[in-house]
Amino acid sequence: MTSRLSAITLNTFREAVRDRVLYNLVLFVLLLVACAPLFGQISIGLERLILVNVGLSSMSLFGVIIAIFVGIGLVSKEIEKKTLYTILSRPVRRWEFIVGKYFGLLMTLIVNTGLMTVGFYVALIITAHGLTRADALLLVAIYFIILQFMVMVALTLLFSTFSTPIFSAIFAFALFVIGTFAEDLKNFAALSQGASKWLASAAAYLVPNLASLNIISQAAHEHAVSGSLVLMNTVYAVLYSAAATTAAVLIFERRNLK
Amino acid sequence: MHAIEIRGLSKDYPVGFWKKKLRPALKSLDLTVAVGEAFGFLGPNGAGKTTTLKLLMGIIFPSSGTARILGQHYLDPAIKKKIGFLPEQPYFYDYLSAPELLGYYAQLSGMPALERSKRIGAVLERVGLGDAGNKQLRKFSKGMLQRVGIAQAIIHDPEVVFLDEPMSGLDPLGRHEIRELMQSLKDEGKTIFFSTHILSDAEALCDRVGVIHKGELRDVGVVNDLRSNVAGKSEVIFEGAHASAKVADLLSESHITGETVRAIVQSNDLDLLLEKLRHHRARLIAVTPLQGTLEDYFLAKTSEKTASEAVRP
Repeated sequence: MTSRLSAITLNTFREAVRDRVLYNLVLFVLLLVACAPLFGQISIGLERLILVNVGLSSMSLFGVIIAIFVGIGLVSKEIEKKTLYTILSRPVRRWEFIVGKYFGLLMTLIVNTGLMTVGFYVALIITAHGLTRADALLLVAIYFIILQFMVMVALTLLFSTFSTPIFSAIFAFALFVIGTFAEDLKNFAALSQGASKWLASAAAYLVPNLASLNIISQAAHEHAVSGSLVLMNTVYAVLYSAAATTAAVLIFERRNLK
Repeated sequence: MHAIEIRGLSKDYPVGFWKKKLRPALKSLDLTVAVGEAFGFLGPNGAGKTTTLKLLMGIIFPSSGTARILGQHYLDPAIKKKIGFLPEQPYFYDYLSAPELLGYYAQLSGMPALERSKRIGAVLERVGLGDAGNKQLRKFSKGMLQRVGIAQAIIHDPEVVFLDEPMSGLDPLGRHEIRELMQSLKDEGKTIFFSTHILSDAEALCDRVGVIHKGELRDVGVVNDLRSNVAGKSEVIFEGAHASAKVADLLSESHITGETVRAIVQSNDLDLLLEKLRHHRARLIAVTPLQGTLEDYFLAKTSEKTASEAVRP
């Protein structure tokens, strides 16, 4: 089982690398390093703040875009090109295929983020002329960005098991936007009455709470992050992505592949 | 034990806006294929050949019925180690090289790493791609891709090989090469189940063929038997031109050269003709059953009405 899972995972990763998905990070790193000296000139005293906000937000956005655009084709492309036929005729269970694809894309995003992180820290050193203890906190923000990717990959994969790539992309983007404002949705639910309260509450718990996984602003202002938040967010991301992947497996297990 | 045993396998697709109507793609297929046999599954486009193969591979699920491969349930993962499959007009991950692709499939089939590396080179040599090197598949020709397709189907040394239209879209040379490969698999004792609408390929390779049309299996049999069945005609040569006029109603055609008559008769009427010829004192020289082609047989079977059509008023 592990051999088959790792084969599918590595092949998904290899596809992303050879399709030059990771080339975006070269652009990211070059832009960030090139722009680093400019931050100091346009924002005296705030250069670190701006660099952290711009750098981490770009990392998050780049990753989500990759998660969605690669994720929507993970299953549908294999069906459309019939590569799945030769996989399912082997001793590969359908759930292994889905889980392998999930880890393959997640691995791509983690490598992508890792390389972006290196570029980001280089830009930080150039801007701030060195690193401080507070800069280690940025790693927690980056870890949370990876947790966001875990959730988004699982959701996109879920959509790709039953929908066309275009609709999958629309659904995933919609959930990403709503999820970014999940806290506002909760606040709206708290203020509502009757049926709308129930509906808003249900929606608030159903959509991914990406807001709680975004601590970029906190990290930029060097505010500490509690260990319990790290733990809670980790558990949340693992459970949410496990639930979405399970739903993807349940749909895919029953699907006739035309 | 049969290599393949299909019992009542059928597949209906829901159609229409509300998906309430069912369109049968395969109607209660019963079929067995012996171990070591090369079986040709013939039928025009849309007859149900690919549906049958997709069902057997677990790509789609049957509406009813089941199948066993080498005695085990066809969806049992253990049995999938023993089968190989080449889909119709296959597409493979074009960012991989041929050795990478075979390595991937071998790993999915559960082959140990050491065995994999030995086998990849041997199989590539066998399909004539020994010099393909690390070139990505996107640079391969159609014929090369088809050979890669055969290579992935046999990389794990399966006992039963399913091939869906393996020669379709290939030039004559490519078809010849694939046919040679299939023949060598057959010589090794592998069971081959392949679908095709190219009858000469089936004629050259198959021990038995089955004809499917509109989702219904029309006939199964040994190629030679089927050809003679379909002919249904015999050539009768006799001396006695005077007799030919008396039996003219029984003859579909006749040529008279002097006293010798060469006539074609429906096999059903053969006994009656011979009796009349004796009665009219003609001298029988030869009776030869006419050998039809597989194409005659195929056309005869695919033009027959389906069972459901036959019962309609």
